[in-house]
Amino acid sequence: MGIRERLSGNEAVAYAMKQINPDVMGAFPITPSTEIPQYFSAYVDNGEVDTEFIAVESEHSAMSTCIGAEAAGCRAISATSSCGLCYMTEMLYVAASDRLPITLAVSCRALSGPININNDHSDVMGVRDTGWLVLFAETNQEAYDNYLQAMRIGEAVGLPIMVCQDGFITSHAIENIELVETEKVKAFVGEYKPQHYLLNKDEPMSVGAYATPVYYMEAKRQQAQAMIDAKGVIKQVAKEFEEMTGRSYGLIEKYMMDDAEEAIILMGSSAGTAKEAVKQLRAQGKKVGLIKIRSFRPFPAEEIAEALKNVKAFASMDKDDSYNGHCGPIHAEVCTGLYANGVFGPKGIGYIYGLGGRDVRVESIQKVFAELEQIAETGQVGETYRYLEVRE
Amino acid sequence: MKDIVEIHWHGRGGQGAKTASLLLADAAFNTGKYVQGFPEYGPERMGAPITAYNRISTERSTVHSNIYYPDYVVVVDETLLSAVDVTAGLNPEGAIVINSGKQPEELRPLLKGYTGKVCTIDAGKISEEELGRNFPNTPMLAAIVKVSGVVEEKAFIKDMEASFKHKFASKPQVIEGNMRALIRSMEEVKEG
Repeated sequence: MGIRERLSGNEAVAYAMKQINPDVMGAFPITPSTEIPQYFSAYVDNGEVDTEFIAVESEHSAMSTCIGAEAAGCRAISATSSCGLCYMTEMLYVAASDRLPITLAVSCRALSGPININNDHSDVMGVRDTGWLVLFAETNQEAYDNYLQAMRIGEAVGLPIMVCQDGFITSHAIENIELVETEKVKAFVGEYKPQHYLLNKDEPMSVGAYATPVYYMEAKRQQAQAMIDAKGVIKQVAKEFEEMTGRSYGLIEKYMMDDAEEAIILMGSSAGTAKEAVKQLRAQGKKVGLIKIRSFRPFPAEEIAEALKNVKAFASMDKDDSYNGHCGPIHAEVCTGLYANGVFGPKGIGYIYGLGGRDVRVESIQKVFAELEQIAETGQVGETYRYLEVRE
Repeated sequence: MKDIVEIHWHGRGGQGAKTASLLLADAAFNTGKYVQGFPEYGPERMGAPITAYNRISTERSTVHSNIYYPDYVVVVDETLLSAVDVTAGLNPEGAIVINSGKQPEELRPLLKGYTGKVCTIDAGKISEEELGRNFPNTPMLAAIVKVSGVVEEKAFIKDMEASFKHKFASKPQVIEGNMRALIRSMEEVKEG
């Protein structure tokens, strides 16, 4: 029943890649994801995989390599972080609109400036509208499990997928993990059998063609439909994964939400820290809970609205700022989701937190709940655009 | 052992404090524990102070923050005592283990009124005598295991021997040196 190991998040993702043995990896190193192609290139060198490893000169080329390979009919992968992801941006749109289910591991890191190598979600949030599926992991285990599920999801809907974890916090921390036996992984992930691909001599085709105004919008509408369809696929793949491993996943994870009056919404490693905060507050009799976002794209608007409908106050936690003068991206989408689903009761605030590796402690999350308790009691929301634990 | 034991490692870049924290995580993992081993990353360079952390527990800890109230502190470089507040938040029921040839009483005045156990081990000397070079990692690891009891001693020794045999398969003389350093450190660590 699984293999008991201890691995860092980066090691875990590289190990998943090895078990899957994809056709092509195009990669360029950048902290803190560097270890992923580094470990993987050793597997290539040792003959443990027969992947074609293409060491390119930039992330733009890494993604271009993946696009070429995936269009040809291969399973293509890469890994990156921070400005490396920014540098891929142009090609991320191409990958998604060409409907190429590439898998990209991201160890999330802040963007310059000030220059900083530590974790926040600015890199992924910067490319959130490129049309990629995006999964976030709380732990090394989830980074591994999400990676094993990613290709199934991407290939089913014809969209590329990012598998994100927090740089250093999980990418470089050794923790216990339960690995799946390689034969089971291979059976679960299966062979990649694309419907249409360039190297099929019986079906000559072109990829990345020009679309005039008469066709462009229809192509984009289909892309949008694939993203909508992905919600069901993510749940279905998770169900099969649970049958194999006993570990259950959804679009969101609800923690102590059943009778919660105050809740926070967040994603990534801080969800684990927040669970401890919730546990301690529950022990004091406080009705608090949390919602962890696993699937950021597609965004689980309905599921969050359903989970929040009976709370008195909530805080959306963004490890990134939109610099729009009023809130971060999660808060914006949570609020839109509530409104769209007819949930008007809960009072909501947005917190920007953990930027550039600012440590997020159990106490940090408890401060947020203390604010929410006051809002729930008084009905007074006050400032909705807040920064957590910042000197000013 | 408590349900969760938290440890701080203080060293200077290049001395292997991070590696030692990962080795401790390995040793605890091998005795069935849940472990976390992680360094605090920044603009590291040789000689600059660095911190690494361990959480060792009987149930999985979901917390992903740094550690502010450690049960134990390990100082791999004695010169850090004047540069870093190494006993900040340290549990008085726990201990600090310092790589030093001095007696614990000589170092206590540098520890800002810390009332708990102060332990010293001359890891540099042991390493030079047993390995011919200054690799304080192995003796420091052995000392913290001895002082904290976070891993059962016999299991630890057996596990480390297996791991040295694996790591130094082509250099058997290094295995013996490391094992002597390990056992000496567990015998020679001074508690005050």
